[in-house]
Formats: sequence, C-alpha cells, structure tokens
Amino acid sequence: MSGNWEILGETGLRFFGKMSASISHEIKNVMAIINENAGLLEDFTVMAEKGMPIDPQRLKTRAAMIMKQIRRGDEIIRGMNRFAHSVDEPLQQVDLSDTLSLVVALSSRFAFMRGVTLELEPPSTQVPIITNPFFLQNLIWLCLDFAMGSTGAGKAVVLKAEKTERGAKIQFSKLQDLGRREAESFPGERETALLQALKAGLVIRKELGEMHLTFPAQAER
Amino acid sequence: MSEKVLLVDDEQDFLDAMATRMKDRGMDVSTTTSAAEALKKVEEGAYDAVVLDLMMPEMDGLEVLKAMKEKRPELQIILLTGYATVQKGVEAMKFGAMDFIEKPADLKALTEKIHQASSQKMVLVEKKIQEKIKRMIQEKGW
Repeated sequence: MSGNWEILGETGLRFFGKMSASISHEIKNVMAIINENAGLLEDFTVMAEKGMPIDPQRLKTRAAMIMKQIRRGDEIIRGMNRFAHSVDEPLQQVDLSDTLSLVVALSSRFAFMRGVTLELEPPSTQVPIITNPFFLQNLIWLCLDFAMGSTGAGKAVVLKAEKTERGAKIQFSKLQDLGRREAESFPGERETALLQALKAGLVIRKELGEMHLTFPAQAER
Repeated sequence: MSEKVLLVDDEQDFLDAMATRMKDRGMDVSTTTSAAEALKKVEEGAYDAVVLDLMMPEMDGLEVLKAMKEKRPELQIILLTGYATVQKGVEAMKFGAMDFIEKPADLKALTEKIHQASSQKMVLVEKKIQEKIKRMIQEKGW
C-alpha cells in the first residue's frame, strides 16, 4: 500500500487521539451516573439503619439505572476494542456498512455537541471490501466531520453504505450548506493522502447536497 | 438556611441522581440539560452556587461560565468535568470559576464546596450592599 506516510502517520495519530479522548469522556460520564446511583443506594441504607421505611420502587429504579449505564459502558468499550484492533493488519476484509456504523457510533458525541443528528440507513446487503480498516475509518471520520459542518439549518446527515459495480460507496446526504463551503479546501491534504492510500474517490455534488466516497473491491497491498 | 443550587449537565440520568442526593441533604436544587436555559435561570433566580459541566452542547462550558459571570458577577460556579486538564482548570479560574471538580465527583467534597460558595457569595453580596450604602451617604452628603 503506497502513500504519503508523513501525512498519514500524523493524521492517523490525531484521529486515534481524538477518538480515544472522546471515548474516555463517555466512560467517565457512565461512571459518574453509576457513582451517583450507588451513592443513592448507600443513602437509602443509611436511612433504613435509622428506621426510615424504604420504598422498594426507589431501589428498583436505581438498580435499573445502574444496569442501563453498564449496558451503555459495555457498548462503548466494545466499540473502543474494535477501533483499537483496526490497526492489527494493514489489509483486511471488512463490511463497509459495519465500519460506517462503528465510525458513526464513535462520532455520536461530536455530533451531539454540534446539535447534529446522524441518520444511518440500513444496507440491503453486506458490503464487503478488502482495505486498510484504520485508514478507512480515518477517511470516513474526516468526511463526516466536514459533512457535520455542512448541514445548514437541517442539522442532520444521512449516511448509507452500498455495493457498486466496482466495489462500494458511502453516501453522505442532506448537506444543505455544501455550496457555501465550496471555497474551503476540501478535500485537503489529509483527506487526499487517505484517498490515495485507499485508492478511493470522492465526489461532491453540491446541487444535490451529497458527498460520495467510492472504494475499490480490493485496495492494493 | 438551605443553599439554592443549579445543576447543569447534558446527562439527564446524572442530574436526576445527583439532584435527589442533594435534595436529601437539604439543598434547594434546580436542574437543566441546556446551556441556554441555564443562563435564563441564572438571570431569573439568585443561586448560591452553580455546578456546571464543562462539555455542553450548543455552547462550550467556558463560554457559559463567562456569560453567567457577566450576568451575575457574584455567582459562585463550580465546574464539573469528565476530563480535567491543568490548562482547562487554569482557564476556568481565569474566567472566575470558584473551583474545578473531576467526574465522578465525591458528593461530600462537592457539598463542602457548595457551603463554601454560599458563604463567599454572602460576603460578596454584603460588600456590594455596604458599597451601595456608602455611595448613597456620600451622594446625599449625610
């Protein structure tokens, strides 16, 4: 796999750091909620020790809240584990729709902070390609980041992965402000280096408010 | 007298549990998940302390802090965050935060800070009143 390693290395590290920081923040939030609910359970036991009656429903609610956060934490850690393993092999067979949903999950906090909704359309079939999974995630994130800034008043990005004749593509749509952002240099040098490394293509159709990322069925080794 | 506290965080489940515990400790607690609503509440009510999450949608926590301090300079704001960095802490103090606490917070420590905030606010308000009286006396020539 050829490429500008200086740019790819720096971009990749930045991406890894950004996602890791966001994941750790999410985990902290989960822990904070568990901490407060565990604290409440402790408060209830202190009350009981003083002879005050406890409503079982209050205990049930708190236990349910803790279980909800444990499920949330488990989801976050599962995503983090998949993300960390994406650097294991330079070329792997991946399901593009699956990778897209992972990047969307990793980006959900950034979208929330910007008040943007990410709508992921389910694929009709699996979308297998052979590529570098980490570069692929990095490129999807950079395009998604640009897309989130191009939604205009709609404040939503619709994403869809699908098979094509020569491989696969990801479509970003509902980008009402693509025209306004035309003057900005996108794709920049980071996106260009990733597109080259993955032998991928990027088409911006501002009249439709869409961006298409295309991938070959198999990237070169 | 119970402290009047405003809790601001984007996680509703966190607010619910934290507010319940604080109310059980005799505090008068209001909550909101929105930065804009928090600013409105600060304008409308006299809080002894605001516990504010640094990472808020719509507006950055430091921006919210700055806007609150502009509206009510005497307001005591304790920042709560999932990731405490020295740089953020220094910035927060520069903008007038009373303290900076990392999540998950220890409620005992937070409660102490709220008591402290309440006393500090009282001192500031009393000082303001004294200055006002002094100015009136000077103006009237009493």
